[in-house]
Amino acid sequence: MKPAAKNKKGSTASSAGAAELLHERELRRIVDTVLRLAKSTGAEEAEVHVDEVADALTRFANNAIHQNVAEHGLTVSIRTVVDGRTARATTNRIQEDSLRSAIEVSLSLAHRQPKDPRLLPMPGKQSYRAVNRFIKQTAALSAEERARAVRRACDLAVKKGQVAAGIYSNGQSQSVLGNSRGLFAAYRETHSEFSITAQEGPAASWAKANSADVRAFDPQKLTARACQKAHLAVNSRELAPGRYTVILEPAAVLDLVGFLFYDFAATALEDKRSCLNERMAKQLFGQNISISDDVYHPLQQGAPFDGEGLPRQPVLLVDCGIPKNLVYSRAAAQAAGKRPTGHGFALPNEYGEAPMNLVFGGGDSSMDKMVTSTGRGLLVTRLWYIREVDPYEKVMTGMTRDGLFLVENGRVTGAARNFRFNQSLIEMLKKVELLGPAVRATGEEAFEMVVPAMKVRDFCFSEVTKF
Amino acid sequence: MWDLSTNALDTAKLRGATYGDVRVMHLRQRDLTTKNGQVGTLAHSESLGLGIRVLANGAWGFASTDRLTREGVAACAAQAVSIAKASALAKRGDVVLAPEKAYVDSWQSPFRKDPFEIPLETQLALLLAADAEMRLVKGVTLTETDMQFRKVESWFASSIGSRIHQHKVISGCGIAATSFQGQEIQKRSYPNGFGGQHSLQGYELVESLDLMRNAPLIAEEAAALHSVSQCPEKVGTLILGGSQLGLQIHESIGHPIELDRVLGQEANFAGTSFLTLDQLNHLKYASSIVNVVADARLDHGQGLGTFAYDDEGVPAQCTDIIKDGIFSGYLSNRETAHLVGLDRSSGTMRTESWNRLPIIRMTNVSLLPGTWNYDDLISDTHDGILMETNRSWSIDDRRYQFQFSTEIGWEIKGGKKVRMLKNPSYSGISTEFWNSCDAICRFDHWTLWGTPNCGKGQPMQTTGTGHGAAPARFRNVHIGTAFSNQ
Repeated sequence: MKPAAKNKKGSTASSAGAAELLHERELRRIVDTVLRLAKSTGAEEAEVHVDEVADALTRFANNAIHQNVAEHGLTVSIRTVVDGRTARATTNRIQEDSLRSAIEVSLSLAHRQPKDPRLLPMPGKQSYRAVNRFIKQTAALSAEERARAVRRACDLAVKKGQVAAGIYSNGQSQSVLGNSRGLFAAYRETHSEFSITAQEGPAASWAKANSADVRAFDPQKLTARACQKAHLAVNSRELAPGRYTVILEPAAVLDLVGFLFYDFAATALEDKRSCLNERMAKQLFGQNISISDDVYHPLQQGAPFDGEGLPRQPVLLVDCGIPKNLVYSRAAAQAAGKRPTGHGFALPNEYGEAPMNLVFGGGDSSMDKMVTSTGRGLLVTRLWYIREVDPYEKVMTGMTRDGLFLVENGRVTGAARNFRFNQSLIEMLKKVELLGPAVRATGEEAFEMVVPAMKVRDFCFSEVTKF
Repeated sequence: MWDLSTNALDTAKLRGATYGDVRVMHLRQRDLTTKNGQVGTLAHSESLGLGIRVLANGAWGFASTDRLTREGVAACAAQAVSIAKASALAKRGDVVLAPEKAYVDSWQSPFRKDPFEIPLETQLALLLAADAEMRLVKGVTLTETDMQFRKVESWFASSIGSRIHQHKVISGCGIAATSFQGQEIQKRSYPNGFGGQHSLQGYELVESLDLMRNAPLIAEEAAALHSVSQCPEKVGTLILGGSQLGLQIHESIGHPIELDRVLGQEANFAGTSFLTLDQLNHLKYASSIVNVVADARLDHGQGLGTFAYDDEGVPAQCTDIIKDGIFSGYLSNRETAHLVGLDRSSGTMRTESWNRLPIIRMTNVSLLPGTWNYDDLISDTHDGILMETNRSWSIDDRRYQFQFSTEIGWEIKGGKKVRMLKNPSYSGISTEFWNSCDAICRFDHWTLWGTPNCGKGQPMQTTGTGHGAAPARFRNVHIGTAFSNQ
């Protein structure tokens, strides 16, 4: 059994306050124990991931809290190598006999498979660039503080004659990774999020923010924004499907372009399931589109090392519309004769790697400028249930949600019923007319990235729904 | 485990809880995959912990821990009560639970072969052999196979006196062949997309699938799809294969009947539902031949939504959802049952793991078999398109407007399958679509399909649901919309 989270005085957490994470040296002790046991059990090499999380989330609907949860957990994931074979076993039981048992399971799985011709020796000690994404105020936010903030948000919605639903969450997590060749990496971060949907009759709108620092957003301001847009969304009218100029707020951009991230994996190209096969180094997107992967960007989150412990490198993926580079795990790099970029998933896996910290180049167009420059178009708050229809042309389908507004002659003139879209991302990124400043965006379909708002012409809406 | 649960419930009561329930869960999982003839993932995982849900000051709190000592459990229970008291700072009324009896019971899901006792070499050999069969086909550029096995053991205890032990064995298996040629990626999967078939069975599920016979068939289809015609865009007759119909049920019937969605509790994330409370027993959801149930009982089959008790301690039940085409029932829990005039929960509270709160979930939401022989259905179709094996799915946040595409289509002319079609898709409005159903195949074509990846809730939970379906026919459907104007 793992020790419970303890406060500085050593007592167990017993209130609605957030649990504290173990000290890094205690996680290192687990790593050392596993490596010692693995060596004595016959593993030629061993790798240990220890991940600890303490999260809390308050959920509200109908202007009241209806769910309120906290979790604390720690897992130890062990990969062993024997005779050119590898396998993984994971447990959340950390007594020595349980760890030994997990090592034995890992070894047993490894022994009973064919040799892996691509398996490389584990990497040795690495150097990491420091990142600081642990904010004490975020970790300390209590259930009472979340509840009071939710109460204020709900009171505002009630005052407007609206109904609010959403979440307010905070948490902290840490990961350490060590292996039998002396590699050791450690990372901890905090995370917080507020999301709200305001409903006025059948109309609704939405606002959301997410940050390592809970002070980076104001739940009341987000609530006010959602309430204002929900009121604007009342009396939506049905428009004919077709191609429209759209102004996509950052959350809408994120949830679409988020589906591109895996296409930049070298293994995806090797497997011929990437839309970039036979398209590298060609003018694929508009010249105003540049995309990087950069875990060190100040608006990004995440560990500065990958699943094998290699330092993540910033990579320029698309330069002025031309796909220039891919990301490589160690195995993919070996196969391609390239250098690994520090984007590999924990082994063993069949997917290789992916850029997890996408940063789109932005522009200087404000949302107001995008609206005032539009003769006729649609302002999109958010997209929903996006799925891939055609993996090579990257045709995506999905719905608009929580605030679709008609723009006519440079101003918002009313709300429109929600549309289904079927749109090629490749075509879309050829038709971006204006870009806003890149911001940390958060939606529900893709993990958080740094993307701008976009004004795009000829976006394809294929059908309309009933609200 | 009962001592831990009692300790948690006692602590919660001492701290002021008026109700509590505890789930201790032990989850074990084995994952195997291959890709292009090599082992991909080979992993085992286990997780043991406790979650406690309490009512205090009329509001809910939940906390979980994997520190299963007296001190750790007591701290977790105390935290849950503190959280509930915080919830009460923003409540609009007290939670009221429908009455339920206390049960003391133990249940084991049936299986013939424990998948964890089957030698790994046997499992890998089968996957690698199927993988090799697919790679023999010219034009196939990527082959993938997978098996997944789970054991979920749970000990449920509540302050009304229930003590319920359940042990489930779950298996899943599938294969897929992908072909990249020219400007196109085509894929075929067996027996279903996205990981194959999953059910509450042992290794006998894998042995029933006949991977070796089907591997070359799907590989040949994946390669052949490049050279066939595009599915046309039109309004016409559609026949759905069983697995695709299972997902259609999941999205356009299963989710909208979740009472938490209907009541707005998922408005910020999963969405709401077009099935407002005034529709119950009035809405003509479907044509009169359509009968749908939510059935968690073993009598219905060994599905991913089969259990003896839900995670709120309510026995498994069968609820009519659509009866002779009329909307007849929701999925409810003890908190919401009274809001639709029920005196008891329909038993649909389920949790992914010990560290997640139980929420309303589909069980086995199934279309009951009809009367048609499959060959007769094809023969009876003058002009239509048969679509099989899901490729993409999307539906709006009130569950009205949907669009699906499948891996393969077949044109039917004069009662015969005349040619293969690529990139098939269809779309519609849920009630209009189900009202257009004019034929459902009979029980010998009916399969209880498993959807292992249903996401819902915040924090997100992934749970398996079951959907019994036989091929069925629908008239006047929008076909080919996904690729129009591309």
